Amino acid sequence: MSAHDPIATAEACELVDSRFTVPGMRCAGCIAKLERELPKVPGVAEARVNFSAKRVALRHTADLSDDALIDAIEALGFEAQRVEDNPLAQDDADRRMLLRALAVSGFGMMNIMLLSVAVWSGAPGITKQLFHWLSAIIAIPVIAYAGRPFFASAWMALKHRRTNMDVPISIGVLLATALSFYETMTGGEHAYFDGAVMLLFFLLCGRALDAMMRGKARAGIDALLGRMGKSAAVVSEDGTTHRVPADQLEPGMVMLVAAGEALAADSEVIDGSSAIDNSMLTGESRLEPANLGSVLYAGAINVMAPIRVRATAVASDTKLAEIARLMDEAGQSRSRYVRIADRASRLYAPAVHTLALLAFIGWMLAGVGWHQALLIAIAVLIITCPCALGLAVPAAQVVASNALLKQGLLVKDGTALERLAEVDCVRFDKTGTLTLGEPRPDLSGLNTEGKSVALALAQNSRHPLSKGLAKALLAQGVAPAKIGQVEERAGEGIFAQLGDRPVALARPDVTSDHPMSALRIGQQTMLIHFADPLREDIAETVRQLEAMGLDAALLSGDRKGAVEAVAERFGLPAAGGLSPADKLELLNNLKAQGHFPLMVGDGLNDGPALAAAHAAIAPGSASDASQQAADAVFIGERLIPVAKAVQVARATMRIVRQNFALAVGYNILAVPLALAGMVNPMIAAIAMSMSSLIVVGNSLRLAGAAR
Amino acid sequence: MTGLMFLIPVALGMGALGLATFFWAMKNDQFEDLEGAAQRILIDDEGPAQ
Repeated sequence: MSAHDPIATAEACELVDSRFTVPGMRCAGCIAKLERELPKVPGVAEARVNFSAKRVALRHTADLSDDALIDAIEALGFEAQRVEDNPLAQDDADRRMLLRALAVSGFGMMNIMLLSVAVWSGAPGITKQLFHWLSAIIAIPVIAYAGRPFFASAWMALKHRRTNMDVPISIGVLLATALSFYETMTGGEHAYFDGAVMLLFFLLCGRALDAMMRGKARAGIDALLGRMGKSAAVVSEDGTTHRVPADQLEPGMVMLVAAGEALAADSEVIDGSSAIDNSMLTGESRLEPANLGSVLYAGAINVMAPIRVRATAVASDTKLAEIARLMDEAGQSRSRYVRIADRASRLYAPAVHTLALLAFIGWMLAGVGWHQALLIAIAVLIITCPCALGLAVPAAQVVASNALLKQGLLVKDGTALERLAEVDCVRFDKTGTLTLGEPRPDLSGLNTEGKSVALALAQNSRHPLSKGLAKALLAQGVAPAKIGQVEERAGEGIFAQLGDRPVALARPDVTSDHPMSALRIGQQTMLIHFADPLREDIAETVRQLEAMGLDAALLSGDRKGAVEAVAERFGLPAAGGLSPADKLELLNNLKAQGHFPLMVGDGLNDGPALAAAHAAIAPGSASDASQQAADAVFIGERLIPVAKAVQVARATMRIVRQNFALAVGYNILAVPLALAGMVNPMIAAIAMSMSSLIVVGNSLRLAGAAR
Repeated sequence: MTGLMFLIPVALGMGALGLATFFWAMKNDQFEDLEGAAQRILIDDEGPAQ
């Protein structure tokens, strides 16, 4: 594996693992490119792509920073973000446990059925005895192992004096097993180990589907997290700087903020001047000047030049933390939403228990003896098993969220689809949501030489404008010019020599309200304007949303003028210059009027609104906090996934309702037969399995819903 | 009957073997990237030897 390993073995012990999400990988070529090229970067030992999760895991030396690795991946033409160290460990363990239980129950089911064939076809006396004993030997450990997820959950519910779907399942399985074991011991006619194990198998299918969907969606989300200023360079009294984690900063500390760095605390500028990108916090797309005495907030990005600032508020006192608190409070009101299946089972489980108990008592009174009465009661428990009910929701959701994933939308969990289906109006943020949220240069004013010089200069800077410029030029296939003596002057730009002519990519002399750069070659000066372009398919998205009966509007923290210009173009009502609290209030008003708003936004200032809305969607470029508050995240430059999300969510709920109808309809047919004592537990298990298969088949129809 | 005494343990043993293989595969992350496995067969092995 390490034939091309550029790292000496002595260093090997210091290798660390980092994981990055690379949403842009699409094909085998991308896998090959990443796995082949990344190990050629000095310090990187190994790269392994996980295509399903759109992630790449790198083994590298500890001194290589995240930024350097992200740059290396971006140099290959992929966007990348750091993934926090396995936040999914718990989920992973749960999913593996379920898969193991599923495999064990599948093994048990097949073998017991194999043995049961002989009994069904009428094997006599001793042979039947033998097969019953063999079945028991296989079934009892299998049930003990594969039933744990249900038994544990049922026990928890009973301990808290509640009941859930797992209670009737556990009772049914345990009673059937105990009765079958008694039958086997006493040499009776029938054993129902096959029914019990088959029941577990189908239930585990539902659980595993459910876990798979949540695991898959969350892997994509977590992949996009982790962007904020988590540490700061603190200047000590003797002038040296050292990095301090954000939570250990104290008010009064002097920090050095490099160009391109995010602030870790609210602070006041004490030295230098620069421009600040506050769009994460305010939604304002224009850069703001920062001079001596300017107040800056944590989360803002210093764009132009290094500055010194003194911290005024840290950790939980920052404006950022206040927004987080608002979000938390708003989110509380939504987390009370109960999953449909749980709501159904709350009504269902007691009904099933009562029915089975009544069947037992009724047949006892009718004088058939406790053995026959118990058999009928078990058949009732199994046949009414909420198995199809348990599959109805996860099967539909897995298929639907896979269909959406192919369209570039990651759904976080099942309740998100349930809520998305109910929304009746949409509120969009502007910056970063309707726009792409990154500066794109207007290259029309550049000649061929200008382009290649601009690319060469821009590649030497980490300034956001330079990165945007380099990306656009590379996309056009421009080759960088050969320049020398490159020097980046803080606050002024990049200066270099092209042959004997001085060249520069510098701050222009004229000021304007949108960002721009001046490219100088010798005496010649060319201005490059930057704009944050609108997403291409806004009109199409709004049209589709309206066709579904959702009215759309803009809520933005940006200047009124800028917001109205966009709003007018697409014929949307708009409100500009809103603070996070204003947005929150507007959404709460909507909810108070009985609406179910869907909020689409990216900035931290949208966080509280995202959390308060009935459902929320954030773009992949959004801040951590916003993505955490959102129900779904869409990747790429198109907005249409927002409309698709609502459309598929509605189709999903339609299928779920059909599934419920199928499950209930089956029960209406089967339960009277079971109550009449015409069904033994074996036939009950087969009937129950059939209803589950029908439900799964119905859900598969959603596969093409997003197209 | 003698046949059964012999064949049933064989059948069970083979099933158990399959189960053990599944457990082994899962422990070794064989199911982590199913879509990737489908794509990887398309990669040419021209690059540096693995």
